[in-house]
Parts: sequence; C-alpha cells; structure tokens
Amino acid sequence: MGLTHCSTGLGVMKEMFQVRVNSPNDLVVALGGNPNTGKSTVFNSLTGLNQHTGNWPGKTVTNARGKYTHKGDNFILVDLPGTYSLLANSAEEEVARNFICFGRPDATVIVTDATCLERNLYIVLQVIEITDNVVVCVNLLDEAEKKKIRVDLPRLSTLLGVPVIGTNARSGIGLKELKDVVYKVATNELKVNPVRICYDEVVEGAVRLLEPHIEEKVKNKLNSRWVALRLLEGEDTILDSLRDYLGVDIREDDAVSSALSEAKQYLRQKQVGKDELCDRLAAGIVKLAEDIREKTVVFENGQYKQWERKIDNILTSKVFGIPIMLALLGVVFWLTIEGANYPSQVLNTILFWVEDRLTDLCMWAGLPDWLRGAVVMGMYRTLAWVVSVMLPPMAIFFPLLTLLEDSGYLPRIAFNLDNFFKKVCAHGKQALTMCMGFGCNAAGVIACRIIDSPRERLIAAITNNFVPCNGRFPTLIALAVMFVAGSAGKYRSILASLFILGVIVSGVAITLFISSILSRTILRGLPSSFTLELPPYRKPQIGRIIIRSIHDRTLFVLARAMMVAAPAGLLIWLLANLQVGSTSILRHCALFLDPFARWIGLDGYILLAFILGFPANEIVIPVVIMSYTATGYMIELDSLEALRELLVANGWTWLTGVCAMLFCLNHFPCGTTMLTIYKETQSMKWSLVAFFVPVITGIVLCFVVAQAARLLGLMC
Amino acid sequence: MESLIPLHLLSPGSLGKVKKLTAEGKSRRRLLDLGLIYDTKVEALRRSLSGDPVAYEIRGAVIALRAEEASKVLVEWLGPGR
Repeated sequence: MGLTHCSTGLGVMKEMFQVRVNSPNDLVVALGGNPNTGKSTVFNSLTGLNQHTGNWPGKTVTNARGKYTHKGDNFILVDLPGTYSLLANSAEEEVARNFICFGRPDATVIVTDATCLERNLYIVLQVIEITDNVVVCVNLLDEAEKKKIRVDLPRLSTLLGVPVIGTNARSGIGLKELKDVVYKVATNELKVNPVRICYDEVVEGAVRLLEPHIEEKVKNKLNSRWVALRLLEGEDTILDSLRDYLGVDIREDDAVSSALSEAKQYLRQKQVGKDELCDRLAAGIVKLAEDIREKTVVFENGQYKQWERKIDNILTSKVFGIPIMLALLGVVFWLTIEGANYPSQVLNTILFWVEDRLTDLCMWAGLPDWLRGAVVMGMYRTLAWVVSVMLPPMAIFFPLLTLLEDSGYLPRIAFNLDNFFKKVCAHGKQALTMCMGFGCNAAGVIACRIIDSPRERLIAAITNNFVPCNGRFPTLIALAVMFVAGSAGKYRSILASLFILGVIVSGVAITLFISSILSRTILRGLPSSFTLELPPYRKPQIGRIIIRSIHDRTLFVLARAMMVAAPAGLLIWLLANLQVGSTSILRHCALFLDPFARWIGLDGYILLAFILGFPANEIVIPVVIMSYTATGYMIELDSLEALRELLVANGWTWLTGVCAMLFCLNHFPCGTTMLTIYKETQSMKWSLVAFFVPVITGIVLCFVVAQAARLLGLMC
Repeated sequence: MESLIPLHLLSPGSLGKVKKLTAEGKSRRRLLDLGLIYDTKVEALRRSLSGDPVAYEIRGAVIALRAEEASKVLVEWLGPGR
C-alpha cells in the first residue's frame, strides 16, 4: 500500500475492497454499466488473460480484476457487476455503488450500449453524481450501424461534460482511444466538468438547506450534494456503508441532524413525502437522460426493431415457443453426448497410458505394493476417470450453451417459462440455472447468482440437483438401454431415448414440486419483484465464447472436481482393499446397507456405489462393477451386453434398473456441487438442506415404486 | 381526466402513458429505475405463453414484467403502437 493513497485516507477502503496496489503509482479504474452492453468484452480486450476472478469480500458477487499497462503506467481494472441502477439494493448494486463511492477509483469507465443509449444513460448520470472522473464508453457501434442508429458522440460528450469514446470492443475499435482518455482522466491531465443534475425546485431547496452542513464533514472524500440527497432519501443500507467508510455517522452529527430535520420539514410543507421524493429524484435523472438522448441519437430507420419483434413473435409464441426450446436443447444434448464420445476415448487412452508409466515409475522406485496401489490404482485412476468422462462433454456443452446465452435466446426461455415458476413462488430465471445444471450442477448453482432475490436464489440452488448433469446422463442412458428398452429389438434406441426424455421431464416436474414445497415451508414468501430484460438479438462471437466458457466454466468446474476426486479415490481403494476378517471393508459396508437398500429397490452395493460416487457421479457404475467382480479397483466392461449380464447375474431386474435411475436422478448433490453450494450460500444450514432434500425425495420415490411393483407382483 | 388502467391490462400492441405508480418503497424504486416516471410512454409487446409475464417496450429497452408489478403502474390508453 503506497503512501499517496494512505495519506488521503483511502488506504483502508482500498484494503476493504482488496484491490492490490503493487506500487503507489498503480492507477485503479472501475468498469461499470448495464448488463448486456459488452462490458466484459471491453474488460477482456483491455486486460487480455492478465486477470483474476474471485468474489467480493463476503458476497457471492463475482469480482474480476485485471491489469494493463499504458504509457508506462500500470492500471488495475476492476470489473463491477452489471447493474441498471446504483440506488436499489440488490447485492450487485451495493457492490458497484460502494466501490465507486468508497473504493475511490482514479477513474470510472461506464460502458453503454449505443443501440439503447437512453436506458444506459440512467446509470451514467447516477455515477456522474457521485464522482467527476468518469469516462463514457459507447459500445456496440456496429450493432447501432446495422440498425441505422446514429449517435453524435462529440455532442454527447459536451452535454455530459465528460469524455465519450465510441468503441466496438469485439473488433478492438476505439480501445486505444479509450486507454488514452482513461490515462488522462486518471492522472488528472484532463479536467472534466460533469453535467449537474437538477431536480425540481422543492428538492433543490431541501438540498440547499442541508448541503452546507455536510460539505465540511465529507470534504475530499465524497460529493456533498450526493450525500445530501441520500440523507433526504433516508435509505439505511447506503447510509450505513457511508458510516463505515467515514468512521463516523453523520446522521448523529448535531448540525447535520438539525439541518436534516429542517430540510425534511420543508419537504413536508411542500407536500413531498418519501415516495414523492423518490419519484422526483428518479424523474430528474430520467428526464435528463431523455433530453440528452433526444439531442444526440437519430433513428434513421424507424422500423429498425421490426425484424427483432418478428423473431420474438416466433420464439415466444404459444404454438412454437416450447417446441423450439425443446428442439434447441435437444440438439445441444445430442451434440454433447455424440461429440464427447470420441475425445473421451482418446483422453481415456492417454490417461491410462500415463497410468502404466506411473506404475513403471513406482516399480523402478521400489515402492511397496500397497502404496503403489493406493496412489496409482486409487487416487490416479479415479482422477483420470473423472477427467476423461467429465472434460469432453463439458467442453462441448458449455460453449453451446454460452452461444445461446450470447445470442440473447436464454432470457426468452425465462420469459416463456416464468409462469410455471411463478406458480410455485420461484423465479423464471431458475429455468436458466436448470439449463446450466444439465451441463454440471455446480455450474448451475453458480448460475443462480443471476436471480436477484435471496429467497428465490436459494430455491433454485437447492433444487438444481433435480436436473441430471453430464455426469449422470451416461449412467441414465446405460440403465435405460439395458433395463427398459432391453427387449424392444430395433426400436430399442427410440424407446430408450423416450424414456430418458421422460426422466428429464420428471426431473423438471420434481423441481417445480419441491420448489413449491420449499416456498410453502422453510423458504416461505411471496414471489419478489420480477423484471427481466429481453436484450436485442446479437451475432455471437464464436472465438470469445469458446475461450470464456472453457476458461470460466469448464476448467473451473473440472478443477473443483479434481480436488474432490483424488482423496475420494484413495478412500475407495482403501475400503476395497483393506480386509477386516476375511472380507473387505467395502463388502462389510455393502452388507450393512443391504436390508435398507432392498426396501428401496436397490441392493447394498448399488447404494454404496452412490455414496462412494459422492466425489463425482461418473464413478457410480464403475464402483458397482468393481464390487460385483471383487477386483478392488475400477474397471470398465467392453459392452453394455456384458454389463447387463453381470448385473443380472447379481440379481438385477427391471425394477432394480428403474430404481437405480430414480435414485440417480434424486440423490445428494456430488462433492463438487456441495462445495459450490456451501461457497455460494455461505451457510452450513442451507448446504445441509440442499443435501437432504434430494436424498429424501429419492428414497421416498424409490420406496414407493419398489413396494408398489412388489405389491402388484410385477417383479419380473 | 381520462380513466386510468393498470399496465397489465394494456392489450399487446397498444401504447400507454404512465400516470401513476401505486407501488411503495423498494418495488416503486425498481419501477422508477426502469424509467417508468410520469408521462413515460410504454408499449405492450406480447404476452408470454400462458399470459404472464408481458413484455413491454420502455424507453427503447424490452422488459418483461409480471402482472403483480405491472398492475402497480397506472397508464392512460393512447392507442395502437407502432
């Protein structure tokens, strides 16, 4: 921490926001703006891969920061969460607001969408009210060009009183100018003179009464006019962070509090209550934004939105909406499953080749057999298994899903399905987290961040496990082919596919059912406000999608999975190979679980395999095989036919198959997902709920199915 | 004065002008943040599959609102949209 920052009293705050300043000369730049403006493209283009992602302290709001150098100075770019406003109180808005106010960046860049400038100017003006050092970046100029929208950038800059740079971040246009201007603003080489937002006479009168008393208290630290407005508004969350920042509560200052009551008295005289004040404050900014837009934006083609509306009419129509959605998701699954086959095999071959070399190495080093077994056959083999079955499908699924996301289609799914979720008091965006869950439940849980309200977010996180992830799909498919479609001859694959579709639909139904139970019991509450932006459709950028989705989602999830898989592999090996009496611990455990497992249509080995499959669901079938063949390490059988024979020889019937599928769909989340749920909710209680809700659902379902089938004598 | 209708009853394809918000506190703030201040023009674009939510065009952006929220915005009917 450098002296220059400490001496102005900002050190503490920068510490609080964990911006690492390597040298006192590093300049901190905040990057804010609405969602869907290409903000992250700007961020990535400026910093390249020189960035690091984490969470804001104590919050599950993503915090990305990166570095770049310009004209010999180091810049630290802090990517703020995309928000529409800074004054409402979602976690994202609080983080963005607090950083701009109290993190005191040397410059704040607000990225805006040229095709929707008026809405974007709202946050620009809110920021200008807080700080002078603002640079506005008007992005997506190419999209505006296509829609024949012209933005008069010089005029915009004059009206706002801050520098305005037009960019097209996807093709890198304008970024150099942006860096130049940010440099000048951050180093105070360029003096800015931002527009002052004027409210109506009554509000201004109240501010005049209050502001002089505040000025001295917040001098050089905050904009006194802004503080006065917030005091009048009386929003506690904002005022509390203000207190934490200043170290004193200005509400308790005698001069301030008496001026505040005087100002409030004045407002009351003029018939301006709390809601009315709120309206007038918003109106001041909205009207100015409207005025500026009128002076700077020309729509040369009044019909520019027609084609977009036509696409929406089809994609969200009563007739085609759901079929198109199912077809698109179907294609994504098909590509994932088919496409992952070959790379999985290749990866498998490579990793097992490495295993042989590891074995050679252990032999050469003269390690004892048990140690070699534990490390190579236990830890390494489980790890290799998890990597080879998880990596390829995720590397295909996530880019495909990101493609749908970037094109603007995913919000339409939420729009189509919201009513189902509203009926169970949940949020339409839960549909999106479920889509993500098909790839990986851990990623699905992280995706729950897009849901604003904490209650609905928890419901989405707890129920995410009811959609089968990539790790459970192969198990479900194998079981469906072997036990449901077994005798259907040439219609086998069709029957199996239909059955899988049924499993997915039942997963969705269970999700809705459990969500409804949760919102009536432990997560009681009315649906909170729902606003969903349907952004303009955009041509996705393939290259960026691949890099981002592999970097942010695939590798992230894989890293967490590996952390869990290695120790679990060791444990499984020990259980299978340590003997008590003349049988392995694994067998003892299976025998112990057997009576209970039979009640729910399984057997002890299957139940144990699900428990041992906690690190990653992919290893459930291999563990079952390992137990039946008593080999002590995981093996794979060549064909489904051979597997079916082995299972039938060990007492499996169609009922066992169905119950195993049901339990596969409804059991505790895997280790990676549990870890993620804990990190996201920061709560042991909700993690436990997320663990037990699906297990209990699974046990009840399997029990009912098994007992009913036995009662009806359908055993064979 | 023209009679006011709640926004969720504005039929798709028609244009309305905001005259009053009946929401309070936080939810009022959210509506204002969307730009729904006095005299703002809003066009109802389309209903979702089962009738709710409805997508509106507000100040150049397309925003979907549930009936619960939209019913707290009272508008004056202006006629068919573009």
